[in-house]
Amino acid sequence: MNGVHDMGGMQNMGPVRVEKNEPVFHAEWERRVFAMDDAIDGDWPGGAGRYQQELIPPAEYLRMSYYERWLRSLSERLVKSGLVTRKELETGIAEGGNTQGRKVLRADEVRAAIARGFPATRSVAATAKFHVGERVRARNINTTGHTRLPRYARGKQGTIARDHGVFAFNDSRVQGLGEKPQHLYSVSFAARELWGPAAAANDSVHLDLWDDHLEPA
Amino acid sequence: MSTTRRDLLATALTAAGAAAAPRLAGAEESHDHPEPEHQAVPSDPALRTRALESVLVARGLVDRAALDALVDAYEREIGPRNGARVIARAWVDEDYKRRLLSNATAAIAELGFGGEEGEQMVAVENTPRVHNLVVCTLCSCYPWPVLGLPPLWYKSAAYRSRSVIDPRGLLKELGLELAPEVDVRVWDSTAEVRYLVLPERPAGTAKLSEAELAALVTRDAMVGIARVTVASGGARA
Repeated sequence: MNGVHDMGGMQNMGPVRVEKNEPVFHAEWERRVFAMDDAIDGDWPGGAGRYQQELIPPAEYLRMSYYERWLRSLSERLVKSGLVTRKELETGIAEGGNTQGRKVLRADEVRAAIARGFPATRSVAATAKFHVGERVRARNINTTGHTRLPRYARGKQGTIARDHGVFAFNDSRVQGLGEKPQHLYSVSFAARELWGPAAAANDSVHLDLWDDHLEPA
Repeated sequence: MSTTRRDLLATALTAAGAAAAPRLAGAEESHDHPEPEHQAVPSDPALRTRALESVLVARGLVDRAALDALVDAYEREIGPRNGARVIARAWVDEDYKRRLLSNATAAIAELGFGGEEGEQMVAVENTPRVHNLVVCTLCSCYPWPVLGLPPLWYKSAAYRSRSVIDPRGLLKELGLELAPEVDVRVWDSTAEVRYLVLPERPAGTAKLSEAELAALVTRDAMVGIARVTVASGGARA
C-alpha cells in the first residue's frame, strides 16, 4: 500500500532528536502493549501486526505514538479473528468466557520463546532468479496490499550484493496468500539512481528484496 | 509529578479496574520524552491497554506472569550491552571478526545471543573509507538480541524518512561529519534480515581489555549514527 508508513525519502519531518539515557519504555501501558503483542498466539502470519498498522489512516498514523499504533494493530487483529469483541475492548469486561484449547505462553516458557524467535528462512528448494553482481530493476508495483518494496526504489536499477537464501515472502504471507518461499537478496542502489545528481556519487542504499520484487535490468 | 498527581493517577487506575498493581514509577512519563504532555490521569491508551489486558487474561489468551517476564527480559537483560560484547570481541579477535562478517547469526550465537528479531543477522564493518547506517523506512525493524528494543529516534518519522535520502546531512546534524571520500552505505532493513554495524575501534585503545573496550561501545555507534570514542562510554545511549 502506498501509505504514509512508506516514509523513505519524504522531507520536512523535522529534526531527529536523540533522547539521553532513554528508558526502554516511557509508560507502564507501553510495557503491557509490547508484552501482550509479543505473547499472544493469534494464529496470525508473521508481519500481520505491521500490515494492520499500515491500514491505520495516514493522518491518524502520524499523530499516534509508536505503541499506540501497536495497541490499535493488536486490537484490530483480535477483533477480526473473533478472539475478543469491540464491546469487550470498550468495557474491559470479558463476556465470552475462557477461550479453550489455545496455546498460552507461560512465564517459564518466555526465555525459550525469545531464543526461538520466528525464523522466516525456509529449507525448501527454490531456484535463485538472480546472482551476486547481476544488475536488476525493482518492479514498479503499486499494490493496495502489503509490500516490503518501498516506493523510493520502484523502477530503479541496482546490483545484487548478497543472496540471503530462501525466505517466506512477506508480501504474500502477511495477507494470508501463502508463504511463496523464494530467495531474498541485498540489492545495492546507487544514491544517484534513487535521488538524482545532487546525491553523493559514492553513496548507496542497500535494500533486502525478494525474487518477486525484481526483474532483469 | 507531584504527590497529588501521583495519588490521582493511582486512584484513577484503581477505578479503571486495575487487576494488577500498577507500577507507579513506570506509569510516570519520562521527562525528556518528546511525546505529548504528562497527564494527571491515565492517558486514553493506558485505559484501553488495561481494558484489553483484563479481557485477554479473563479469556485465557495471555498469562500475566508471562507478560511480566517478557517485559523484564527486554527491560533488564536484552539490550545494547549484548551488542557491545560482540563488537569488543571482534576488535580483539581477528578470527571472530571474520566469522562475524561472514556469518553474523552464528558468530553472535557464540556469545549466547540470538532469537526474536535477530533470527538472521548481518554485520557490516565501518572503515576509514566506508560508513554504514541502519534504518527501517517502513516500520522499526531492529536487531533485538544485540541492541534490545529500538529507541524513539530510530522509530521516528524524521529518521525513517531522511536517513535514506540525506544520510550525510542527518549525520552532520547529529554531530558526525563524514569526509566526501567516505562511502556512505545505508541499510534499509525492511525484510527479515537485521543489521549490526561494526564500528571502528578508536585510536589509543591498544592496551584496553575486551571488557573495557565493550564499555566504550554505544548503541548509537552500532546503528551508525555515532563513532565509538574513548570518551563515549557505555551502551546505555
